[in-house]
Amino acid sequence: MTVYLVRRILQALLVVLAMSLIVFIGVYAIGDPVEILISPDADQIERERAVQALGLDLPLWQQYAVFLTKALQGDLGRSFVYNEPALKLILQRMPATMELAFGATILALIIGLPLGLYAGLRPDGRFSRMIMAGSILGFSLPTFWVGLMLIMVFAVYLGWLPSTGRGETGTLLGMQWSFLTWDGLRHMAMPAINLSLFKISLVIRLTRAGVRETMLMDYVKFARAKGLSPARVTFVHVFKNILIPVVTVVGLELGSTIAFSVVTESVFAWPGMGKLIIDSINVLDRPVIVAYLMLIVLMFIAINLIVDLTYSMLDPRVRLESKGT
Amino acid sequence: MSDAVIAAKPADKVETPFRRFVSEFAESKVALGGLVVFVIIALLAIFAPWITPQNPYDLAELDIMDGRMEPGTVGGAGFTYWLGTDDQGRDMLSGIIYGLRISLTVGAGSALIACLIGASLGLLAAYAGGRTDSVIMRLVDLQLSFPTILAALMILAFLGKGIMNVVIALVLVEWAYYARTVRGTALVERRREYIEAAQCLALPTHRVLFRHLLPNCLPPLIVVGTMQVARAIALEATLSFLGLGVPITEPSLGLLIANGYEYMLSGKYWISFYPGIALLITIVSINLVGDQLRDVLNPRLKK
Amino acid sequence: MTAPTLEVRDLQTHFFTRAGVVKAVDGVSFSVGRGKVMGLVGESGSGKSVTGFSIIGLVDPPGRIAGGSILFQGRDLAKLSEEEMRDLRGNRIAMIFQDPMMTLNPVLRIDTQMIETVQAHKKVSHEEARQRARDTLGMVGIPSPDERLKAYPHQFSGGMRQRVAIAIALLHEPQLIVADEPTTALDVTIQGQILAEVQKLCATTGTSMIWITHDLSVVAGLADDIAVMYAGRIVEKGAVGEVLDKPLHPYTHGLIGSVPSRNKRGEALRQIPGMTPSLLNLPQGCAFRARCPRASEACLAEPIMAEIVPGRDVRCIHPHLEAPEAA
Repeated sequence: MTVYLVRRILQALLVVLAMSLIVFIGVYAIGDPVEILISPDADQIERERAVQALGLDLPLWQQYAVFLTKALQGDLGRSFVYNEPALKLILQRMPATMELAFGATILALIIGLPLGLYAGLRPDGRFSRMIMAGSILGFSLPTFWVGLMLIMVFAVYLGWLPSTGRGETGTLLGMQWSFLTWDGLRHMAMPAINLSLFKISLVIRLTRAGVRETMLMDYVKFARAKGLSPARVTFVHVFKNILIPVVTVVGLELGSTIAFSVVTESVFAWPGMGKLIIDSINVLDRPVIVAYLMLIVLMFIAINLIVDLTYSMLDPRVRLESKGT
Repeated sequence: MSDAVIAAKPADKVETPFRRFVSEFAESKVALGGLVVFVIIALLAIFAPWITPQNPYDLAELDIMDGRMEPGTVGGAGFTYWLGTDDQGRDMLSGIIYGLRISLTVGAGSALIACLIGASLGLLAAYAGGRTDSVIMRLVDLQLSFPTILAALMILAFLGKGIMNVVIALVLVEWAYYARTVRGTALVERRREYIEAAQCLALPTHRVLFRHLLPNCLPPLIVVGTMQVARAIALEATLSFLGLGVPITEPSLGLLIANGYEYMLSGKYWISFYPGIALLITIVSINLVGDQLRDVLNPRLKK
Repeated sequence: MTAPTLEVRDLQTHFFTRAGVVKAVDGVSFSVGRGKVMGLVGESGSGKSVTGFSIIGLVDPPGRIAGGSILFQGRDLAKLSEEEMRDLRGNRIAMIFQDPMMTLNPVLRIDTQMIETVQAHKKVSHEEARQRARDTLGMVGIPSPDERLKAYPHQFSGGMRQRVAIAIALLHEPQLIVADEPTTALDVTIQGQILAEVQKLCATTGTSMIWITHDLSVVAGLADDIAVMYAGRIVEKGAVGEVLDKPLHPYTHGLIGSVPSRNKRGEALRQIPGMTPSLLNLPQGCAFRARCPRASEACLAEPIMAEIVPGRDVRCIHPHLEAPEAA
């Protein structure tokens, strides 16, 4: 188990290093920070002094080393726009994005699992065909357009839900959360549904495929041969087996849900990390972009690790193998 | 589209693999419908200048006085705005048809280039094996582990707006899918006897790769390619919506939708609604075709 | 003579596929007496497993029982509702599957899988059900059953898993067990142990058994009667000793000839030429005709099942009544 864990962490570190290099080259080497950082009417001497102060006269690898050392100390630069540490800016907005992503994931499971199960048990039924057609639609619908349509219907015409913002927030663990207040939940409803559409389709398809595959397994037939009720066969014998791949994928997808919240947050003016990054790209606020990217990379790696651990908890076979090593 | 053209060609009565493929594809009426719709959309896009009442990119033709008119209004130029106009007085119908042009060009173009690059690298990885293989596949893993939308956003942030830049960004985020697909199939195929036979005949490597290995990797490549065209179109629209895609003077569907965003809150739905429908129909039709292609071309599902 | 536990009459189980109707079981009749073991023998695809699944009512679409009757203690199983059938399954009729690696659910503990079976048919407390599970595990020769109950299937060897599966089948002391090649996937030594165990159980509890296999040597030591299936039909049946000693049907003859241990050392192994025919388009007349050394023009007509020798039913126009001619 420890050997496995150490190897996984080493691998993770390598990926972080590789990504930091890519981000560094992308942000610092391709673009010219001098253009943005130094006012155009500065004279030659001022320019050179600034270049030196920023360390831009050093060879590329030394610049990277400096970037890396600072990053390790938690310093990912100051935002040009807000004049605050980039990392702090992002962390401030993280709860908003997190609750949105988790909300969307939970919705996807609540809606996707039962529908996928039904479609898998009755693959030729009329309702199953409708579910599957709906899932193609879910994959095809452009997220941002669905968001607009939601606003049009529920905010403009029906007036049931607020169209933008986070609404009232409650405090938990020193952070602001919308899901703690009724008003906040009302604000969260549309963005969360919007973000979950793609994931619902994904869960439906995974569940359906899993059910169809599992139904053919001998152990399901054996369970039926034992005289168990169809409900017991479905919900214990089949469901527990398909939960493993579904949880894996949904967990892995959490990262891309957070990434895709960029779009949803822009549509609903949800003040999370995604909105921040779009705004930062538009004004080329490089430190914020870098900090965001590095954070996303770290998050992806963490999610991968957590999913692996959860996986081993759900699947006794994996659990034993890792105990053995 | 080319499928339909070839299928219409009178072929001899013999059951060739291609004819069987066509008849199996046509088994699903829904997929056939998707193909027909897609062909119509493609034709609209190709012949846009001859169909549309207005060139939506020629600012001289736009009349700002006709701005934000409701669908069905007759404008100053004398023709009816069937789908209304946007804030600059652009006929939405013309705008959508021209927008489709950009969407399809970007989608198909990026998919084609990404396919060329990805398939070559995948083939090389499978054929060369060893270190070449692991380097290419690490790159693929890295690319695939990172969300496409973010990667595309970053690339565009550095390159700036423009159709070409969007295509480059899409190619950079998409090639890995093709590489992985081709490598997977090629690894299976290269152990087959016919490749060994070709190698025993001392055929040149490129001949083995492209004449023997590649054709056998085509079915999954076609399926992935179709799906990726749909993805690319959606991604382009999203990027343009976020303001990082095509320039404002030549709006694609995504940008048209974005332009309508602020007017929607005041009930002027059509500026965003109709381009969205066009986008949706395009993507759904491609996905339907892709779904059926996968079912027909997937040997595992056959008896 | 008491009524047999199971009597199958003219069973027809067909699969309605897109390519046509596959008559996997086409007019099979046999009966199994109380406490008796019936060996159902045939190559893969002969319909022996489908016969087993038909009896326990687990033929999945597109397949279904298209005709005939399955009399179990006087009730026709083919006419029972799914609900009534479920009541019998795992209770009065149990089944053991071929691959012990696949029959136990990998994500559920053994106790879960046993207790649920007990509680599916008896209203007993969790504790009582557990007690029953423990006793049954002990009965099939699993050491320290208390600990084993808490284990997951992958922690058992193949032989142990099959013992667990057998224990599950025995939980309600069924009148009939359908065993679908339960020892094929096991090592020879384990196979021997399990066979001995099963034989003992049948003798003591009076359970009848249908033992489906392609392995004649297993049947020889275990079964009382034997039915040989070919292409969805029984071609020969009778008491196991007689059929194996004096096979009447050329197919049975060939099957016995291909068992290596029966050949003399150095002698070329005998074999049945050709392959089992596709059930989709069976040849006209006798299905074995194309592979049969004794086939003649007459075999173009459908042979019927007939009691040629007392107690021996054979479906052949040219049975091996006299000593077989030298090959």
